[in-house]
Amino acid sequence: MIIVNDLTKRYGGYTAVDHVSFTAQAGRVTGFLGPNGAGKSTSMRVMVGLTEPTSGSVTVLGRRYADLPNPGREVGVLLDASAQHAGRTGREILTLAARTVGVPKARVDEMLDLVSLTEQEAGRRVRNYSLGMRQRLGIAAALIGGPEVLILDEPANGLDPAGIRWMRDLLRSFADAGGTVLLSSHLLHEIEVIADDLVVIGNGEIVAGGTKEELLATAGTLVRAADTVALGAALSGAGITVHPSGHDALRAEADLARVGHAAFAAGIPLTELRAADGAGLEEIFLELTAATQREGVAA
Amino acid sequence: MSATTYEPGTAAATDAVTGLLPARHARSVPAPIPTSRVLGVELRKMFDTRSGFWLMVSIVLLSITATAAVIIFSAREDLTYGTFAAAIGIPMSVVLPMVAILSVTSEWSQRTGLTTFTLVPSRGRVIGAKAALAVAIAAVSMVVALGVGAVGNLVGTAIAGVDPVWDISAREFGQIVLANELVMLVGFTLGVLLRNSAAGIIGYFVWSFVIPGISAALEGVQQWWLDNAAWFELNTATYPLFDGLHLTGQMWAQLAVTTTLWVALPLAVGVWTLLRSEVK
Repeated sequence: MIIVNDLTKRYGGYTAVDHVSFTAQAGRVTGFLGPNGAGKSTSMRVMVGLTEPTSGSVTVLGRRYADLPNPGREVGVLLDASAQHAGRTGREILTLAARTVGVPKARVDEMLDLVSLTEQEAGRRVRNYSLGMRQRLGIAAALIGGPEVLILDEPANGLDPAGIRWMRDLLRSFADAGGTVLLSSHLLHEIEVIADDLVVIGNGEIVAGGTKEELLATAGTLVRAADTVALGAALSGAGITVHPSGHDALRAEADLARVGHAAFAAGIPLTELRAADGAGLEEIFLELTAATQREGVAA
Repeated sequence: MSATTYEPGTAAATDAVTGLLPARHARSVPAPIPTSRVLGVELRKMFDTRSGFWLMVSIVLLSITATAAVIIFSAREDLTYGTFAAAIGIPMSVVLPMVAILSVTSEWSQRTGLTTFTLVPSRGRVIGAKAALAVAIAAVSMVVALGVGAVGNLVGTAIAGVDPVWDISAREFGQIVLANELVMLVGFTLGVLLRNSAAGIIGYFVWSFVIPGISAALEGVQQWWLDNAAWFELNTATYPLFDGLHLTGQMWAQLAVTTTLWVALPLAVGVWTLLRSEVK
């Protein structure tokens, strides 16, 4: 279990992490979601003691990370798969980790097997690895001590679809066996399929958090038409409150039938009409990413 | 050892993950990482990279070349133990400080610190282990130079048909070891202070080649510099050690002052900032 308590990190006048609090439960996969530069990586570095927080604290399995006697045996960490010595072989990197945490040498082969790196690939220097192979190696290094907590920063980056599927199954079985998984991502759909709980962060602050079901269960109806402005006016005219959802859809605070009738009465042909499950989360996320996206999504 | 239920070689891929996850109450708190393991891993890291490997190869090649050159080009009366030991010792004393520099800087330049300092959160322990290894390597390398030099002396004089001359006393050897330790520590200090491989190596060459050159030039034109350089220029202060002189009280004092100036103070500043820096 990871407990983040009122964490703040400032760099001069810039606040990278602003009073962040959440808990990653054992037996569950917690998704740490936010656009690039939202403070995910900084938060994760603070969790494992690489960055000193300005204020607040983090405990992992009831202790400060730095106070764990042999952290690699309890917490598997992958912060950046590219942060490996380019001149070492994959096997050597795992051997070093195995020696440090004190597990038998056979564990190296087990982990190579687990992440599907072949004997030949393991003998190559990391300089010649693709990002996907580095991610697999990083996962192997994180798991080598047999931890019960995993802290992974963007682990799906660089993996092909089959690799993402494999990672998802791996983390699922890890959590089902009682482990705690905290993984970050800047992609909503990537994290939606794997996480049980979600923590959404933007500009250093938590903007939403809870179980995936809670966050996805948004009340209302998602409705789309060729003329969004006319549709919005028609629904408002019928006394229905509407919110923009994405760049060409609306979320209406009414059930399907009422929204459909209102559009029909106004003579507006709809291109989509469905329950707005998940739309709320998507709105939050699009609003967050709008500032950093070149397309400038209208919020 | 913690009470994991891990069975090497038996578990299928996914079971290897889940098999390692007994319920929390069944897990005991793992024993702390012993210092011997930190030392062992850090020693391995100094030589298991491509750069570490080639630095070792270069020492061997330089030593062989230098020994051969001594046998081929030296006058017969110069074929002494001291000459042969220096032929091996000098390449080592030039190359090994680079190993010390890279052992620290690669944690930042290659970003391996992300792994190193998450597995061993106490950075002081890791840096302390690296420092202890740098000191040990400097001493061991000189013993090796002495041993290989002895073989070179026997073989070389046999080829030349002269009697071997054994001209290194225990005191002289001790002074050479001390001088090499200082060079090694300068390298280590640069690594800790700069935490960048390229800057560290360049800094080391500036210190060991450029600064002595400038100092020698100044000594040639300025009497004051000639008289006082040993008080603030570490290379100048270490020459008596390498030359096997009986050091006077003043020479020891100069050595102490320059070492404080070039090693102790910058190392203290470097370690202080290193312990507080952010590892990215």
